[in-house]
Amino acid sequence: MKDKYDVIVVGAGPAGSSVATTASKAGLDVLLIEKRQEIGDPVRCAEGVDKEGIKRHIKPDPRWIAAEVKGSRIFAPDGTKLQISEKMSGAEVGYVLERKIFDRALAEQAVSSGAEVIVKTSATGLIRKNKQITGIHARSIGESVDIKAKIVVGADGVESKVGRFAGINTTLAPKDIETCAQFLVSGIEADEYCQFYLGNNIAPGGYAWVFPKGKGIANVGIGVLGSLSNNGMPVKLLSNFVKHHFPTGKIIEMVLGAVPASGPIEKTIADGFMLVGDSARQSDPLTGGGILNALDAGVMAGTVAASCIEKDDVSEKALMEYERQWRETIGKKISKTLVVKEKLITFTDKQFNIFAHSIEGKCDNTMGVFDIVRALFRANPKLLWEFRNLIK
Amino acid sequence: MTVTVNRYKCGYCGACVSVCPMAALELVETWIEINDACNDCNTCVNICPIGAIESVKE
Ligand SMILES: Cc1cc2nc3c(=O)[nH]c(=O)nc-3n(C[C@H](O)[C@H](O)[C@H](O)COP(=O)(O)OP(=O)(O)OC[C@H]3O[C@@H](n4cnc5c(N)ncnc54)[C@H](O)[C@@H]3O)c2cc1C
Ligand code: SF4
Ligand code: SF4
Repeated sequence: MKDKYDVIVVGAGPAGSSVATTASKAGLDVLLIEKRQEIGDPVRCAEGVDKEGIKRHIKPDPRWIAAEVKGSRIFAPDGTKLQISEKMSGAEVGYVLERKIFDRALAEQAVSSGAEVIVKTSATGLIRKNKQITGIHARSIGESVDIKAKIVVGADGVESKVGRFAGINTTLAPKDIETCAQFLVSGIEADEYCQFYLGNNIAPGGYAWVFPKGKGIANVGIGVLGSLSNNGMPVKLLSNFVKHHFPTGKIIEMVLGAVPASGPIEKTIADGFMLVGDSARQSDPLTGGGILNALDAGVMAGTVAASCIEKDDVSEKALMEYERQWRETIGKKISKTLVVKEKLITFTDKQFNIFAHSIEGKCDNTMGVFDIVRALFRANPKLLWEFRNLIK
Repeated sequence: MTVTVNRYKCGYCGACVSVCPMAALELVETWIEINDACNDCNTCVNICPIGAIESVKE
């Protein structure tokens, strides 16, 4: 480890590795730090991802593909089934990954592009010269170190501290977060579909999911809206769900986690500083999917870092280009799904059922998330008035 | 009053850190540290997916 780099990236998840790969390929001297001693472990993810989206970032490799899925099914509280095809069902299906291996493959990609990676090293503060952020204070394998950089990128996930160090308020209100639990369940039947279960008794303000990970094994999880949750609710609800749906299943792994569901936050840059991925709250508020947005935003941040450093201007004003790019793309998408989420969390089970019946059989294998919203709108024009701006 | 984390129960997921309005929590690899900025709002207690955080009377 040197004491000075062009760019320091904090956090080696998908967002951080994507920034590091892009910036290194553009010729920058990049340090990627990760507080854990093992990149990608423990996992905090259901591991579902859109195939085509992933291919933009890394060559598919059977080492990190646990299963391929054809599409998804949504179950209303009374069991009514809606089936959607892979191509149209949004960013959550396609591959079910093995994230422990996937995250490490992304970090390997950063290293082979020229970045330096250092693990068991945590950012504990930011170095400033006047207003400008010029590096990090870190704890590296127990030792305090200061490392300088022209640009610091925060990619430190849901528990992000770095954004707050930079003066950006990333605190999530309980209504803006899904608190989750997941079991890897073995000895069950799971076909090539991702399944989603809605209902206020199943998962208040969220949903339960079953993502197949190969023969007889699946990620079975639950996300509860923070404002509707209480002390330990996700694990309790998940235990009931698994008992009910997979009475003979054996739990061989447990995952806890949380996904930001706030939609775009006010600001993700400062002088010499950018925030990317879950730390920038770029995950999808409706589905909780965040891998692809993190990877895409990482490319934008890496590219803008390179051009700003080349022009020798890393001011907030210059970095605004990153902010503009992600808001124009990811930002627009997650603003739309936020509207859908905010509406869905007001639904009673009865309403879910009525809506599901109204489009049952009309959406076999052809629909994406917004097609479903569109079909719902057509069948129930009054109740879904709030969605009108989404479906023009 | 303050909060304590049962580290034998905690699954080091970081959910509590992200909602703490006082930035009083930190996820250090596999455990949570609490500093004295905590104002006992109990937000973290309710967000924890496994119920590892308790508010305790001093
Ligand atoms: C239960 C659950 C299910 C999910 N399911 C899906 C899904 O099916 N599909 C999908 O697309 N998304 C899913 N997500 C969301 C997805 O996991 C995240 O959006 C994605 O991991 C975000 O990537 P990231 O790089 O921004 O953050 P992370 O992957 O969280 O990486 C951040 C990294 O930063 C490190 N770090 C934190 N602080 C510091 C520090 N101070 N110094 C150094 N390093 C630090 C962390 O240790 C971590 O490795 C799910 C999330 C949860 C919780
Ligand atoms: S009780 Fe409130 S202030 Fe204290 S640690 Fe929990 S969330 Fe933070
Ligand atoms: S929310 Fe609960 S399980 Fe997660 S890190 Fe905090 S105390 Fe641990």
